[in-house]
Parts: sequence; C-alpha cells; structure tokens
Amino acid sequence: MAELEKFRQESRRWLEENCPASKRGPSADREETWGGRNAAFKNPDTKLWLERMVARGWTSPTWPKEYGGGGLSEAEAKVLREEMRRAQCLPALMSFGISMLGPVLFEFGSEEQRREHLPKIARGEIRWCQGYSEPGAGSDLAGLQMRVEVDGDDYIVNGQKIWTSYADKSDWIFCLVRTDPEASKHDGISFLLIDMASPGVSTAPIKLISGTSPFCQTFFENVRVPRKNLVGQENAGWTIAKRLLQHERAMISEMGLGLTGRPRSLENLARTYLDSPEGSLSDPILRDRLVQQMMDEESYRLTLRRSAEEAKAGQGPGAASSMFKYYGTELNKRNYEFLVSLLGTQAFGWEGEGFSSEELAITREWLRSKGNSIEGGTSEIQLNIIAKRVLGLPD
Amino acid sequence: MALVLSEEQELLQQTAREFIREHSPVTKFRALRDAQDPIGFSRDLWREMAELGWAGIVFPEEYGGGGLGYAELGLLLEECGRSLVAEPFLSTVLLGGNAVLLAGNETQCKDVLPAVCAGERILALALQETSRHDPYRVALRAESSGDGYRLSGEKVFVLDGHVADQLVVVARTSGQSGERDGITLFLVDCDVKGVSVTRTLMVDSRNAARIRLEGVEIERSAVLGEVDRGSAVLDSVLDRATVGLCAEMLGGIQEAFDRTLRYLKERKQFGVAIGSFQALKHRSAIMFSEIELTRSVVMDALRALDEDRADVSRLASMAKARCADTYFLVGNEAVQMYGGIGVTDEEEIGFFLKRARVAQMTLGDAAYQRDRYARLRGF
Repeated sequence: MAELEKFRQESRRWLEENCPASKRGPSADREETWGGRNAAFKNPDTKLWLERMVARGWTSPTWPKEYGGGGLSEAEAKVLREEMRRAQCLPALMSFGISMLGPVLFEFGSEEQRREHLPKIARGEIRWCQGYSEPGAGSDLAGLQMRVEVDGDDYIVNGQKIWTSYADKSDWIFCLVRTDPEASKHDGISFLLIDMASPGVSTAPIKLISGTSPFCQTFFENVRVPRKNLVGQENAGWTIAKRLLQHERAMISEMGLGLTGRPRSLENLARTYLDSPEGSLSDPILRDRLVQQMMDEESYRLTLRRSAEEAKAGQGPGAASSMFKYYGTELNKRNYEFLVSLLGTQAFGWEGEGFSSEELAITREWLRSKGNSIEGGTSEIQLNIIAKRVLGLPD
Repeated sequence: MALVLSEEQELLQQTAREFIREHSPVTKFRALRDAQDPIGFSRDLWREMAELGWAGIVFPEEYGGGGLGYAELGLLLEECGRSLVAEPFLSTVLLGGNAVLLAGNETQCKDVLPAVCAGERILALALQETSRHDPYRVALRAESSGDGYRLSGEKVFVLDGHVADQLVVVARTSGQSGERDGITLFLVDCDVKGVSVTRTLMVDSRNAARIRLEGVEIERSAVLGEVDRGSAVLDSVLDRATVGLCAEMLGGIQEAFDRTLRYLKERKQFGVAIGSFQALKHRSAIMFSEIELTRSVVMDALRALDEDRADVSRLASMAKARCADTYFLVGNEAVQMYGGIGVTDEEEIGFFLKRARVAQMTLGDAAYQRDRYARLRGF
C-alpha cells in the first residue's frame, strides 16, 4: 500500500512536470493524436506530450517494457489513470493498436509478431485499423466473404471491408478473412495483418450524419500478404475475433463515462442553459432528467469498478463486456439527447457564426453518438450475448 | 472499501441464506397472510434471529450488539428480501433502533437497545402524516405541559405500529409543518393513555398502522435528543433506513429475476422453452444490466455508511431511486413473463410485485429521491 502511495506521489509529480499546460486542465487544447506514419501535429505540445509518455512506456502502461510498455502492475496503472484524470491530462495517444490488437497479440500472436508490432504500437509509430465488417456481414459478422488464396509464401487477398475506422489514415489493418470457403461459417475464418501500403489496397471515406467521416470502405484487389502475418492458426480466427471484440467493447464502454471530449459537467451546462447560476434549476423536468443522467453515470462507473475488483488479475474482459458495451453506449446516447434538450435551439447550429465551439461540438457528438450502439456490435447483438452467455437462455 | 465480499461476509451470506431457506420460506409468509396473523410476523423467529446476532448486528457491543457494519446488515437484509421475510428489521432496527442510538442519552440507549438486540422489544417510527413520505411535514404537536409534554395528532403508515412496544414519535415543538426546524423526537410507550392504534391491512401483507395521539401526557425524560433540533438525527436515521431498505429491495429484485429466468427456461410453448424467444431474451438482458448497476450502488451506499462518508445522504437517495425503478421494472416484467399464472394468487411471483410497489413508496419514491439528490447537490 505504501509502495502504491509512493508511486502515486511520483506519478503526480511527473505529470505535473511533464504534461504540457496546453494538454491538461479544463481549457486544454482538444487535439488528439493517433500517431502513425502520417501523424501531423498542429500543436507542438501534442507531439511533446506523446514523446514524453512514450519514453516512459506509459502509452501502454501495463505492457512489459521489452515490448515498449511501462511494465506497471494493474494497481499501478489504475493509480496512473486516476492521477491523469485528477490532473485532467488528455490521452497522449489514441490507439486501436493498444486497446484492441495488442492484447490479442499477447494472447494469440507469435513471439516474432509481438516483437515486430507491439513496440511500434506503443510508440505510436504505426497506426492500426480494424477490418471486420463487410457490406454483407454486419451483425452477422461470421458471414464475411473476403477471399484469400495461398500463393507460395504469400496470401492473395481480394474483397471489401466497410466501417473501417480511420482506414484512410492508418498504416496497417488487422482483418478477418475467409481461408476456407467450404467450412461452416465460423470455422473458415482467419486473422490476418496487412500493411495498408501494399499495392491493391485503397480506401474511400464514408460521410456520416454528423458530417464527419471517421469510417471508410476499404478495398483489396489482389493484395499480396506474407503468410507469416497470419495470427494464430489458419481457420481458427473466429476465437481471436471474438476476444478482440471483447477488448473493443471494453474500450467503447468508456464512452458511457462521458470521457469523449466534454470538458464541462452536465450540471455545469445545465446551470448555464437554464439560466440558473445558483440555487434550484428553473426547469423541473430537465432537472429530474439531469439527476437521472448523473445517477446512471455514477452507477455505471461504480459497476465498472466493481467488475474490475471482481475480476482476478490477468483475466481478460468476459461476457460482462457486452453488458458494459450495451449500457455504456445507450447511456452516452441518452447523455447527448439530454444535452440537446438542454441547449434548445443552440443545439442545432451546424457551423459558423451564432454558436460556440462547444455547442457545435455537442451537435456533432449527438449525431455521432447514434453510431455507438451500432459499431462494435449493435445493442441488440449485445443483448443476445448477455442472454446466451450470462443468463443461459436457450437458442 | 472494495465492492466485493470478504470471506467473512460470504460466510455470513451463506449462513443467512440457509437459515432463511429453512425457517422463513415464502410459504411461511403466505401462511401468515392467510391466517391474518395478529402479529404479522413470528416473534419466535425474530428472537431466533436476534440470538444469531442479527437484530443488533450494527449496534455497539456495549448495548448487546454485534459491532459490525451495514455491509454485513445489508447481506442479511438482501436475504430477507429474497424470501419476503416480514420480521421487523426496518421498523425496529433501522428506524426505531437508530433513532434511539443516534439521539438517545445513555439511560435511553441502555433501556432500549439491549432489548432490541435481544429481539424482545419492537419499535416503530411514527413519522408520516399524509399519503407521501415528506419528513419535515410534521403537524403533530407537542405542547409543554407541566413538567413534560402533551402530544396530539395523527400518524399514518407506521410500520409495525400495531405490534410495537414503543414508538419514536416525530412531533412539532415549534414552527410550521414543512419546516426543518422545530421538530423533536419522543420515545413513547404504546400502552399510555391517549394512544390509539389501528392496524391497516396492506397490499403487500406487511404491517402498518394508523396511530392517533389524543392529549398524550409524557414526561420530559421521553425526549430523544434535542428539542426543536430533531431533524438532524431524523435525516441520519432515514439515510440508514433507506439504505437498509434498498438492500432488502435488492434481494427481492434478484429473487424475482432469478425465478423469472428459471421459468423462461422451463415453460414451453410452440414446442420450445419461451426463453428462446428474442422478445423475452432482450428484456431479460436489459433487466440483468439494470440489476447489476443497482447492486453496485447499493453496495457502495452500505459501505458509505460504514465509512461515514460525507456524501452518504446523496448516495442513499441514489440507491433508493435506482432500487425503486429497478424493482418496479423487474416486478412488472416478472408477472408479464410468467403469463396467466403470474396473476394468480397461487403463484408466489405476485408477492414480489406487491412488495415492489410498497417498498418503492416507503421512505420516498424515485421522484422524491431525485429531487432530494438535486437539493443536496445544490440545484
């Protein structure tokens, strides 16, 4: 306990000295970085913050140091998260490599693959994206059709992925591909790592109702991929795919905590927009909804904590990740619906004059949040998983 | 404190579960109801529970208690909720007992608490005067009279009021109904002149009474705590009782859900278990998620009491609001999913629906708690 407290004090001091002022506190510049070969930084502090965290291995705090991590225990990593939240430090690096691929490589990858990929992920040098969904394989993910043929030491890949987050900005993609078209649909799938710079890979962004384009279509035309980029056994990719989805859900669940770029609390916003700087809020209905949101958010946070305390060290997220994915995303949607009600017509600005940047961001996030309960497995799919895996209800 | 059970707590939970399964299954609750039992619970069973140390579990050892915490009492109450145990934890331990513990002087504590811990004395808190929980809405007057007070007024929904040996009466010594100041607590024997008690038969078959006090003369020594300043103690008592009630509700919620889940796996229609239908699966999974959140909040609120955290009132309101909403959801869904059998008196699931609704309103419903939460946060 004393050790942990010492670590807390050290971390606090280190963050104080090393996190640039523009990357923390309520008025921090919100620029995020995802790293990668094409990373660009408007604010030099964003780059500096990343470099300092990388040097300490704290972009992936619990990974062993030999793979570019910080070598921290779970307890220390929790302390670090708490201290970063306390100092309101922005994340130094956003990364699907850290949250999704890394844990899967530790569990299923070869030592060669770990040494090749993990340090580059931890240092933010290579940015990864996820090639799962296809036009004909959404909720029915195992129905995917991307074809792979063996040609000597290589695979030749043909097909199309969709809803690939940030494919146009990524360096590598982890893909589910069909290696055995004759097998039953879950048994012919493999997990393959592909360099996006390979000839025959192209991307096309998809514009969303929020006006942004975080997703792409990704096309593969006779793309040559070394067979050593296969993770695990051929045709045994579905197990890896499902495990990665658990990590993905755990990541998306965090959204329910309102961590996505909302510097002001709901309560604070309510005071502003209901013109009640002090005392009781003027609108009883919105006041009641505000309390419901606050309670649900705190209950959710407590449940995440309880789940973490229950899980024995070293266990990956289990079926509970479906519950968190379901509840966290629905909660985030309700949060933004509440904010739109709160802002009134100020919630309906699209761009330009007449609206604060905060208001414009809320409008876009409200629309973006509609995808939360679809991406990474719809709420309905999560409820199916809970019913089957947790409640044991029959097929 | 972590939101997980220690080994000792798991053992206590197991002991409680086995004891209640053996001595107080739901069939026993039904028998009490069908017989219109004059007491409404079993005094013998209550004494046995007291012998196990349950009645005094949170009270100090010097008064015969167990000196344990709310995390432990919560486990007992959760098991009670699972089996609809009607014994007087809420009235005697959480409400009356805590009022004496927090407000009483040494003489009062020594007189009352050991008897409570031994299961020999039943207490009731006479607070509510209208059809809703509104703790400062107290019109029952206590006027100075000679060396003591004269109490006049009427109380409703006094839990276990018709079997109580003593009442903790919340009275107004100054100011107007609705004001926080001017409230005083009195410890009143039920057999004194001018106290008339009428049992009210409730939908959940639990005990409640209307109590009329007509010029009841009591001595100054019957005052619990400070004159005109009773609200502070009352608030703490209500926080503790609310969190305790939440633990009971959590047990009822979990039991109603577990029973429903079993039924969904057994009951066949169209040649298959009805639990295979997606319409029921999704609603079950939604209930599961809500219950998980509710459990976390109740566990945290119990621990907040043990740690004497500054925001315990806010957490109590949050726990009660969630329990009220979740029990409402699960109680109603359970009956619907049971289908026709769910609305028969023969099937036990209906008892949980009834308890859900009464417990929801007891000590303030979800709307009351959310309003209180907002006031505590200053908005």
